[in-house]
Amino acid sequence: MKRLMSGNEAIARGAYEAGITVATGYPGTPSTEILENIVKYPAIKAQWSPNEKVALEVGLGAAIAGARVIVTMKHVGVNVAADPLMTAAYTGVRGGLVLVSADDPGMHSSQNEQDNRYYGKLAKIPVLEPSDSQEAKDFVALAMEISEQFDTPVILRTTTRIAHSQTLVEEAEPIVTVKKPYEKDARKYVMVPAHARLRHVVVEQRRKDLTAYTETSPVNKIFWQDKKIGIITSGITFQYAREAVPQASILKLALTNPFPAKLIKDFAAQVDTLYVIEELEPFLEEQVKALGLTCKGKDVFSRTGELSVHQIFQVVNADSTQVAGSSITPQAEPQTTAFDAPPRPPVLCPGCPHRAVFYTLKQLKLTVSGDIGCYTLGAQPPLNTIDTTVCMGFSISGLLGMEKAEPDLARKAVAVIGDSTFFHSGMTGLLDVVYNHGTTTTLILDNRITAMTGQQDNPGTGKDLAGTAAPQVDLTALVKAIGVKRVRTLDPFNFKELKEAITEELAALEPSVIIVRRPCVFVDPAPSKPSLQVNSNCSGCKSCMQLGCPALSFDGKANIDHALCNGCGLCSQVCKFKAINCGDDGKQVK
Amino acid sequence: MSEGTSILLVGVGGQGTILAAKILSQVAMQQKLDVKMSEVHGMSQRGGSVITYVKFGPQVFSPLIEPGEADYIVSFEKLESLRWAHYLKPGGTLVVNEQEIYPLPVLTGAANYPDHIFDRLAAKNIKVVKCNAARLAEQCGNIKAANVVLMGVLAHESAISKQAWLEAIEQKVPARFLALNKAAFEVGYSLA
Repeated sequence: MKRLMSGNEAIARGAYEAGITVATGYPGTPSTEILENIVKYPAIKAQWSPNEKVALEVGLGAAIAGARVIVTMKHVGVNVAADPLMTAAYTGVRGGLVLVSADDPGMHSSQNEQDNRYYGKLAKIPVLEPSDSQEAKDFVALAMEISEQFDTPVILRTTTRIAHSQTLVEEAEPIVTVKKPYEKDARKYVMVPAHARLRHVVVEQRRKDLTAYTETSPVNKIFWQDKKIGIITSGITFQYAREAVPQASILKLALTNPFPAKLIKDFAAQVDTLYVIEELEPFLEEQVKALGLTCKGKDVFSRTGELSVHQIFQVVNADSTQVAGSSITPQAEPQTTAFDAPPRPPVLCPGCPHRAVFYTLKQLKLTVSGDIGCYTLGAQPPLNTIDTTVCMGFSISGLLGMEKAEPDLARKAVAVIGDSTFFHSGMTGLLDVVYNHGTTTTLILDNRITAMTGQQDNPGTGKDLAGTAAPQVDLTALVKAIGVKRVRTLDPFNFKELKEAITEELAALEPSVIIVRRPCVFVDPAPSKPSLQVNSNCSGCKSCMQLGCPALSFDGKANIDHALCNGCGLCSQVCKFKAINCGDDGKQVK
Repeated sequence: MSEGTSILLVGVGGQGTILAAKILSQVAMQQKLDVKMSEVHGMSQRGGSVITYVKFGPQVFSPLIEPGEADYIVSFEKLESLRWAHYLKPGGTLVVNEQEIYPLPVLTGAANYPDHIFDRLAAKNIKVVKCNAARLAEQCGNIKAANVVLMGVLAHESAISKQAWLEAIEQKVPARFLALNKAAFEVGYSLA
């Protein structure tokens, strides 16, 4: 029986069916649910690593030792893992290795929308692009075959609409695999120049062999229809294209690197007008044009954001009215006008410990070097507190750079970074602050979880991916070991202490770290919510509205929505008129 | 553009659109139809506007529903019905939970919660079915069953048998919540 599965669940199932025994990754939308599903298969040793580079290194080590391996991350995570990836392409593997790169066209939950198919070209390794969950599952097994046959890592590249769309999947029984034994092979795995020069020759031969393979691979398919219009496409855009232009012939590429030049030429020769339809970069189009073929691509389709059935329909429909004898009947577009509606942006949850931090930083009028996590929402109104957000770890090293350019900034600026992000790539930045005479102040927002991606464990939580007890890093000792002498830990819900601590540490002419510790509301929901009430002292000053709490509203006076209120009591603390107090039940504000 | 049925579930992060989408997909699978369901996880879930797409029919290609294509929209919150109404086909049906949840710009006074939402929707060539799903769910015993009240209303508007819906609920709802959710479904179904 078929089951409805997201692309991510299907990839997890595919890993199980393909005999994969080691799985690593770092959480990142839209890739996170792969490992969360893989951990349900006891045959697979699955783990969150502190970052994507470590995850891929653990994965490559496991593959060198003979296991079949999957490593998962979001597109920008591959940047972090690019160092081992580029040389893994030289060493090759022993057990199969598939790297899932979950790209995010449209940036639903990302800082950029880079097209990671180019990593396949850069590293000279195969790239597979599934178009639905069935293919997402099946391509894991195919990736294992290609990986072991050609001795190469393989990239399985999904996008948000593949990762987070559920489509029907036929499950299969897991194949029986025997782990290959580890054997020393220094000329293959010790990439000193003398060996690497030999390996590069092997890589080039492999590229040629893979090119021959892709020409005849059954996963690159032609769907012949009317030959007036031919479309070359891959991934989710295959689904959009066949819905938008059902009459057109389609060459659906699934193995998009290396590029099947002969297949493309044969297809192009048989159609009158050729379109290359792909989201983001003209990855396929550039190669089609390099063959001397004429096609329409990024001249008519957007290079930014996601494509849609509608966009493809519009372009091809407009063209086809000018193509004599076209079988495509021009159709009217649906008439749709959106109503004006006030936006509903994502917000920090009621009771979120980050709110207290950003409220305080705003009061102190500080420059804030931000990072990647829920706390990036501190950039939104009414808090408006973050000055920069670039990549994982940037907050600390970026602020050191600001200090180098403008030394006075270190007295009125802080770096804010989450616990998981600090373990990911903040530690090295902090080492740089200490080593290179920085005097900046770093706030580690330690909410005891990797929150934004949906509460994943990390080296600070005391649990591993499977939920079993794991050693818990001592954050204070870690920061001290890096060389920061001024380290203190406090509760963000104590506004007074937080404000005083930040002011003191900013004045200190040496590096300092404030560990701001309170668990995410999902980790530690308030066991019994104190009942906060607005009393007659409310002057309507709206100070509490500056917290940006979804449980607070204003109609001349403050109102508390008790269905949403978590009882954190921040509003009570910011009120100068003592207009918000505990209810008659006598429960105290935490 | 595709044959088949397209249903959009819209609401505010945390309102239980996921269970509703699971029930809906199960209903379609029991009809032996192709089904695709799509949603976006991540940042938008933190109290933001959320959308789930469910499509079923003989064969479904794109998992997404685009403006002017939805046969039905189930809106878990009133303002969200206004935001997404242009996704409906002419003559399509909009099921709306009358509950109001103010977005942050409204809470802080930067924007107003729109007035006369139903009057504005009435000007469109669509059918609007209103209900106070939150209150009805509360009467059934738990406000969290508002999502299944809405599925009851949708079921009544749909061409699919009530029995198929009830079977899907039995498949997808954990046993200890089944009685509550069946009651919530019945309340929604008998509204229209």
